[in-house]
Amino acid sequence: MKHPRMAGTAALLTAVALTAACSSGGGGGDGGESPSGTGPITVWLSNNEQEVGWGQDVVDAWNAEHPDEQVTAQEIPAGSSSEEAITAAITAGTAPCLVYNISSAAVPGWVRQGGLVNLSQFEDGASYIEDRVGEGAQTYLTDDGYYQLPWKSNPVMVMYNKTVFEEAGIDPENPDMATYDDFLAGSRKIVESGAADSAIWPSPTNEFFQPWFDFYPLYLAESGGTSLVEDQQATFDDENGKAVADFWATIYSEGLAPKEASTDDAMSAGTTAMQLAGPWAIASYAESVDVGFMPVPTSTGEAEPITFADSKNVSMFTSCENQATAWEFLKFSTSEESDGQLLEATGQMPLRTDLATTYADYFEANPAYEVFAAQAERTGDVPSIPNSVEVWQAFRDDYSSAVIFGSSTVEEFLSGAAETINGLVQG
Amino acid sequence: MSTASGELRTTRQRWWGRQPIGTLFALPYLVFVLAIFAYPLGFAVYIAFHDYYFTAPGVDVPKPFVGFDNFAAVLTDPQVLEAFRNIGVFLVINVPLTVVLSLVLATALNAGIRWAAAYRIAFYVPYLTASVSLVGVWMLLFSSGGLVNAVLGPLAPDPSWLVSSTLAMPTIALFVTWKQLGFYILLYLAALQSVPRELHESAETDGANAWQRFRNVTVPGVRATTVLVLVLAIITGANLFTEPYLLTNGGGPDGASVTPVLLIYQRGIQQQNPDTAAAIGMLLVIVVGVLSLAANRINRER
Repeated sequence: MKHPRMAGTAALLTAVALTAACSSGGGGGDGGESPSGTGPITVWLSNNEQEVGWGQDVVDAWNAEHPDEQVTAQEIPAGSSSEEAITAAITAGTAPCLVYNISSAAVPGWVRQGGLVNLSQFEDGASYIEDRVGEGAQTYLTDDGYYQLPWKSNPVMVMYNKTVFEEAGIDPENPDMATYDDFLAGSRKIVESGAADSAIWPSPTNEFFQPWFDFYPLYLAESGGTSLVEDQQATFDDENGKAVADFWATIYSEGLAPKEASTDDAMSAGTTAMQLAGPWAIASYAESVDVGFMPVPTSTGEAEPITFADSKNVSMFTSCENQATAWEFLKFSTSEESDGQLLEATGQMPLRTDLATTYADYFEANPAYEVFAAQAERTGDVPSIPNSVEVWQAFRDDYSSAVIFGSSTVEEFLSGAAETINGLVQG
Repeated sequence: MSTASGELRTTRQRWWGRQPIGTLFALPYLVFVLAIFAYPLGFAVYIAFHDYYFTAPGVDVPKPFVGFDNFAAVLTDPQVLEAFRNIGVFLVINVPLTVVLSLVLATALNAGIRWAAAYRIAFYVPYLTASVSLVGVWMLLFSSGGLVNAVLGPLAPDPSWLVSSTLAMPTIALFVTWKQLGFYILLYLAALQSVPRELHESAETDGANAWQRFRNVTVPGVRATTVLVLVLAIITGANLFTEPYLLTNGGGPDGASVTPVLLIYQRGIQQQNPDTAAAIGMLLVIVVGVLSLAANRINRER
């Protein structure tokens, strides 16, 4: 150590090693487990303008009656996705008490991180959730605990441009495209007639969540609601999965859907006739496109198929000190009244059993949303499984290869992806 | 007493150097390097050798040492190997093209051609513009129904540029070459100022033509800059992320433009597997280091 440079280098390496070792220990800090704590809390909302407006109204109503338990609402910090911002916040210990934009796929990872509170530990936690959602509540269990409160859904249906349908010679009020054969025939009509460049345009990009807007809604419909993974086994390597994959492979191989992402909004631009979308689309296209909605197709033309819920839920974070206040506010913000305000403000469907009857007045006044209220009763969601994001990414990679680009066969995709996914969920 | 003060001076010199004030001024940068580069690199090495995942503060879970397991996992993963192959394709196209084009264009600009300032700005603007907005323009140009295919008509490739397994990576390489060119031209322009004019004149007197002067005077004269351009092009190229993420929709088509950094993002951030992501990162550091050393050695003055 006599050489000054060596001493400097040694000091540097020691500093690096020490800081690395300190960080790796996970720090000291408390786990923040204080279900009885009351006081001020912070909640995060998605950056959807209508949701932020709804959230602020609910917070104002709560704050007026709870001077000692004030709630502060803010949008989720900017990031390439909410999930990344939340993962970083959990690691840094800066997560808020509640986040109103939780995707079920991210929950198992955050539970593993030790970032989420098991809502079942509240006395009325499990019963509140089960009363709200009914039988479907089981889908949202992770490690036998409710780490998320099912909040709202955007059930996926086929949205179509009525004007384009008319130009293609398809009756826009009764398209009769419930079976795969009829759907394909209608799609060919659209492209061959020149009414639109493409019949349908699901995003062909490679993000892990894209299957939720092409393969998965149709798979849930075809299989009667079978989840991608059940009992730690991939389910889709069967005749249902093959029927859906063959359907999409035909769409791509016949050029009925582009293999590239659209450079603009394809529905507004009129470059496609259909998209898979939720009720949010009604308000989005109100000014630009005359849209209609029909259920996703199945091989047999099921009249009332199940579809993907595309739910967004609410989770409580372990870094929250005033968890009792957070739980009370969570119940307040998901009460029948608050859910009604959410429906009114955003058109998104609260995840509760008696939707159509509870808000009958709303659906009478807004008939365009009625079809979604009916569909919201028949939805499936992403399974709560280990390595969830990795599972969906592996699925997407193999799907892209076989179905979109035709580099491998549908059979290879189904068996290969099922094998990979079984390995991931069984650890 | 004198011995004691001498020892004190020696100790002070050992830590603060001969110019303590200068060291003091350099200290903020040293702290910056330690905090932003050395610490994360050291931490990444630690993560790569452990079964590691990020946890909330206070959550104490075992993160055992796993030796080279993470490296074995990524080195036997076909997607990782494909990512390194894709980067190889990218570098083979991008690096030579960058060096040749930037040197030739800088020489032309330096020769005092008309509208030199306008050209200089035109070359530099893409470098200054955010990749995200330029990617939007290239998507309009190179998509199936884009301008380039409209001009090419029946000669347009099928499948189109960005969805063809063979053309996706070369298209990205061309995009990055075009985008970065302005910066490298600027480096060469600075270097060309230091090539003595007399050398050109005496070569001309000896009967050397323009090509011979370029080859025997200009190229050796900017050799040090060429090393810098090579190393920078290799480093930025190997860290390719934005273009495959946006231009080819997340490494498509069918993984043909997947890159190591895109995989690091997917596995480390999205899938919460920082250990394998760190192992890919370590491999990338090694590959980039070796390539940069090789570029330096090949181009060393003999």
